Amino acid sequence: MNKAEMADEALFLLLHNEMVAGLYRAAEQGDGENGRCITKLENMGFRVGQGLIERFTKDTARFKDELDIMKFICKDFWTTVFKKQIDNLRTNHQGIYVLQDNKFRLLTQMSAGKQYLEHAPKYLAFTCGLIRGALSNLGIKSIVTAEVSTMPACKFQVMIQKI
Amino acid sequence: MESRRVHWLPEITRAEVRAKEEKGERPPLSKMAVCIAVIAKENYPLYIKSVPTENELKFHYTVHTSLDVVDEKISAMGKALVDQRELYLGLLYPTEDYKVYGYVTNSKVKFVMVVDSSNTALRDNEIRSMFRKLHNSYTDVMCNPFYNPGDQIQSRAFDNIVTSMMVQVC
Repeated sequence: MNKAEMADEALFLLLHNEMVAGLYRAAEQGDGENGRCITKLENMGFRVGQGLIERFTKDTARFKDELDIMKFICKDFWTTVFKKQIDNLRTNHQGIYVLQDNKFRLLTQMSAGKQYLEHAPKYLAFTCGLIRGALSNLGIKSIVTAEVSTMPACKFQVMIQKI
Repeated sequence: MESRRVHWLPEITRAEVRAKEEKGERPPLSKMAVCIAVIAKENYPLYIKSVPTENELKFHYTVHTSLDVVDEKISAMGKALVDQRELYLGLLYPTEDYKVYGYVTNSKVKFVMVVDSSNTALRDNEIRSMFRKLHNSYTDVMCNPFYNPGDQIQSRAFDNIVTSMMVQVC
């Protein structure tokens, strides 16, 4: 049921690409520097994540703990948004989680070599925000960063902020 | 918290309502809530609406009081089995004239519904489906890009859903 609620995948990819391109185009013409674009994308993702998680968790049972929530993000959330699960979830049980996706949907359209590696961060910012927004709405404050070493694969590191 | 004692509040409106019902001036209190509230994660009200508007403060009390019970239920629920970890919390507590029901979303937003005690027609299942309807509508509010999470809910669509669940004032 959740899957049906998500708009068509192609539309999401196109919109996301255009969002990134549009923001950078605006920054080139105006005064803003690159760092601001990343922040903007992240903030957009944050708001979207908040809304999405509200919708996705509507019919699920209450979560048991933090790990339970992370599993939900890796399985259900990721499947609905990116049509596949996270390939590997690791944690040190002290508030750090590493989510590894071997074929991240938003990077698959680019060539797999090193050619566009420097452009990768701007295509990950929105998703970082998405995770952060989802967790924040479930009551977990966090910092999410992403890293890419070889192209379609990427890692998201989630650092939980203990209160 | 000491604020849980709310039973002493005078019940003038109840008597008035009954008198009106007997005279047939008012449809019976069936299938409907008298007060519906949405409480944020941080326990401040996002939305509250009650039907006898002249006695609004009393319902604010009742809802406020129920939050302790909600907290209690949630913390007890953490240890429960998966199939018992439902979003619907059931009856929070009954007072002489009202029954208070609770529901907590995964994002820790609370819905509280106050129902007339005399209203025996309302089954647990119906309350649950009312809450589901409320939750669906709240989700739509959350996904509205013009709504800032944490703000008061001013959506007309949400208001209509709530109004449809409440006792009609004649």
